[in-house]
Order: sequence, then C-alpha cells, then structure tokens
Amino acid sequence: MTATDTHRAIDAVWRIESPRLIAGLARIVRDVGLAEDLAQDALVAALEQWPESGVPNNPGAWLMAAAKHRAIDQWRRNKLLERKHEELGYELEEQQKMSMADFDAALDDDVGDDLLRLVFTACHPVLSAEARVALTLRLLGGLTTVEIARAFLVSEPTIAQRIVRAKRTLAEKRIPFEVPRGPELAARLSSVLEVIYLIFNEGYSATAGDDWMRPALCEDALRLGRILAELAPEEPEVHGLVALMEIQASRSRARVSPSGEPILLFDQNRALWDQLLIRRGLAALERAEKIRVARGPYTLQAAIAACHARARSADETDWTAIVGFYTELAQLMPSPVIELNRAVAVGMALGPQAALDLIDRLTAEPSLQGYHLLPSVRGDLLVKLDRLREARSEFERAASLTRNARERELLLNRARACENIPVR
Amino acid sequence: MRFMMIVKADKNSESGVFRKEDKKMFADMGKFNEEMVKAGVMLAGEGLLPSSKGSRITYTTGQPTVTDGPFTETKELVAGFWLIQVASKEEALEWARRAPFGPGAVLEIRQVAEVTDFPPDVFPPEEAAREQELRDQLQRKTSRP
Repeated sequence: MTATDTHRAIDAVWRIESPRLIAGLARIVRDVGLAEDLAQDALVAALEQWPESGVPNNPGAWLMAAAKHRAIDQWRRNKLLERKHEELGYELEEQQKMSMADFDAALDDDVGDDLLRLVFTACHPVLSAEARVALTLRLLGGLTTVEIARAFLVSEPTIAQRIVRAKRTLAEKRIPFEVPRGPELAARLSSVLEVIYLIFNEGYSATAGDDWMRPALCEDALRLGRILAELAPEEPEVHGLVALMEIQASRSRARVSPSGEPILLFDQNRALWDQLLIRRGLAALERAEKIRVARGPYTLQAAIAACHARARSADETDWTAIVGFYTELAQLMPSPVIELNRAVAVGMALGPQAALDLIDRLTAEPSLQGYHLLPSVRGDLLVKLDRLREARSEFERAASLTRNARERELLLNRARACENIPVR
Repeated sequence: MRFMMIVKADKNSESGVFRKEDKKMFADMGKFNEEMVKAGVMLAGEGLLPSSKGSRITYTTGQPTVTDGPFTETKELVAGFWLIQVASKEEALEWARRAPFGPGAVLEIRQVAEVTDFPPDVFPPEEAAREQELRDQLQRKTSRP
C-alpha cells in the first residue's frame, strides 16, 4: 500500500467511524465542539501512524483510544490550571474519574442513543439552516470541509467558518447533548427532517452538467435518512422522508437528458426508473403508514410520489388517490403552491374544467403573482378546453415570467402552437 | 456510487449442507448486515442456493441451450452478494474488510455502472424512451379491447 492508498483508506475509515466516534466523545465531554476537536486529533494521529503501521484491525477502537489519550493530556493541563482555580478543582476531578471509565464503556456500547443526540444537536433550531446543514454533513455524514464546500459551490473557508461558528453557538447557548422529550420532540424532529431534505434537494434540483458532484449530495442525504430511520424507527415521518427521497432518487437517471436538460415526470422513460430504490421507497412508506394511520407531510408527499412510481405508464397514474393526498396535505400545511399542484391532479382525475375552476380561485393569491407555473398550468387546461386564444396569452405571460431560457423557449413554442390550430 | 460485493462459492456453499459451525457464521453475518444497515449503506443482499439448484443458458446462433447444475468450477461461482451505496471505492473495500469471513473465502468488489458510464452512442436514452413508448402503446392496445 502506498501512502496515497493509506490516506484514501483513512478517508474511508473516517466516513464510517467518525459519526460514532464524535457521538461517543460528545457524551463523555458534553460538548460537541470539543468532541469533534478530539476526533480530529485522533484523525491526525492516524494520518501520522497508519501509513507506517498499516490500518489497524479495529480502526474505530484505535481512533477512540487516540482521542482518549488526547483528552487525558488536556485534562492534565487543566489539572495544573486547577491549582490556580481552586473552585473548579472538585468538578474537574469528578469529571475525570467518571470519564476514564466512560471512554472504555463507549468503545463497547451501542452508540445509537449518542448518535441520535448528535443528530438533534447538529440540527438544533438555535442554528441557521445553513449552519445545520454544514454541521450535519460534517458530524454525521463524515464529510470533510472541502467536500461540503464543493457540494454547495462555496469556498472552503466559508464552510469552515460556518462550522466553527455553529460549534461556538452550541457551546455559548449551552445546548444540552440530549434527545428532546415530550412536546418539544415534534418540533425538533421536524428541524432534523428539514435539514436532511434540504441536503437532498440541493443535490436533486441541480441538473446542469457542471454539477456532477451533486448526485453525491442526494446519496449523502439518503444515507443520513436511512441512518435516522434505524435510530428512530418509531417515528413515522422519518420513514415518510426516507420513502420520499428513495422514490425521488429512483428517477434521477430519467430526469435529465444527455445534453443536461430537465425531463418532466410525464415525459420520463419509466424503464430508466430504479426499481430497487422504488421498492425500498414503497417499503419505507408502508412502515410509516403502519406506525400511524394519519399521514404527516413527508409521508403524504411520499404517498403521492408512490402513486407515480406504481404507474407503469403516465396513463395508469391513480389521479383520484393523488387528489386525496394533496387535499390532506393542503389541510396540514396550507399553501397556494400545494393548491396549484392539487388543481393539476384534479384536472387529470376529473377533467380540465374542474381544475380551471380551482385555479381561477388562485389567480388573486399574492404569493403566486409572478409564479410562471400558474399561467402555464392555466394555459395547459385552456388548450384541453379548446380555448386556444386565451391559452396563447397565458403561455406568453408564463414565458415573460420565467427566468429560465430553455423554459421560456418551450412556453413560447406552446404559445405559437395555439395560433396554428384553427379555432373552432 | 454503488458497489456489488460478490461472495465466491466454495465446497461448503456448494454442498448445500449446513453444519453446526455455520450457526456462528449466520450470527456473525447478521451482525455485519445490521452494521451496514445502521450505517445507511446496505441497499440489498442475498445468499444463493448451490449451483445444483440452478441452470446455465448458453446462447448460440440457433436456440439457446440449457445446462442444469451443479457446475464444477467452484471458485468461479457466486454464492451471494451485497449491493452497497458508499462514498468511494475505498469505503467499499473497508466494508469488505469487515465482512466476517474465515481463511480461504474470496469476496470480489465491482462498481455498478451508472447511465453516465455508457457513451451516448452505445446507450442513447431517446432510443430507450421510444422503445418504452412502443411497449406502452402495445399494452394499452391489448388492455383496451
């Protein structure tokens, strides 16, 4: 093995071991920032020693032992300080006595609970969404600062600083290293799910060829979701989110043309959908629905995605079921965009006039002003109703509102097509 | 990226007989699987029955010929597989290193091809889409008398 090979092997070990290592350390030192520093020190020791000694048989235990030595060194130094700060002495000594045993226990323990604490701490609402995303990828995804920076197309120092600040905020606000209980749990869990879905979407919405690194971001989000599903198996929305991501990811091969253009769901070649991911998604959805009959927002979105996944062709889509899920979703989190989606589903299930009636109620909605999909969907329905003159002006309006050149071209083409067909 | 970890067959796996010491092997394997599931990397994994339960289909210019197992070249046969999603080939190797196999066992690591790994002229997506469309039309015709 060359030194480069060993460094790559160390990176791989780090991906696998660092979340457990940091979680175990955080339980002992009760400070996520300090735990990460200790883990980093262990990594440095590995980078120094493994190229010569080779990767040890149990690399996780090795790293934990290295972190432990480092911590003891620090405490010794603190001990010296302690003589000057008598009042801290007793506390430190107690902490040290307890901690020595803890390090050894942490090696053998199932670290599931610690990992879950780490998830909730990294996704604490006291941090900004950006900071939560960076910290989660770093602490739980095992990504390096360079990898996170590359994935989000920002500079490495920016991400590094974001992480340093986030760790400082957690320490300053004395955020406890624990899993929230009782009424707090629901809100905190939704913050965790939001972070994971944000990471997924950052990878999923990037379709340009330059962004080749980003499918990896979808995989990172899926990995985090799958880990979380094992850590909190009794939470239906966790499975709902995993189901949603698995099913969406199943389409990634079909949603981009060779030249990098996005392909809409109905035009996708369903033979390219990944059946393994669909099966996994449907299984996760079933788990979510088994735990609780009333579906949460992620489970509902997964249920909608599942309707598409089950349909062998666009024609076979169960639109009536989709309308039902959108109706539930609109009740849970009212939003004009969900209403618009519901209207599209209604159009497919009951015909264009029913959808148009719904959409005409949305046109006054302030948040949809300037949203190009509203006139675009309206134009679509008007074409189906043979009201081509009106359809044309809707497509033209949509074209003037979109910022995407390719989409504008498409909409103008549709507007022109309305002229060519004789009006009855 | 995805990797397939392919478990090569040996005399024991080909015999199809379970021995007492296999009990521990199954327990260790269960633990290993659990570890990969908890880490969010395992997508699928299966063990295969001996080749005596399988057949081999050989394609020629005429009709394909079918040969029933067992097959003799034990080391070339597959006894099971995992499909894992990991960040790098090194990570796949690291997981393979942790698999609870004894001396003599062989595990092969192969990366799963993505659509982007094929040159567009070999596998043009439009072609595949057209084919699917034809299949769908055919199906619609047959399902709607």
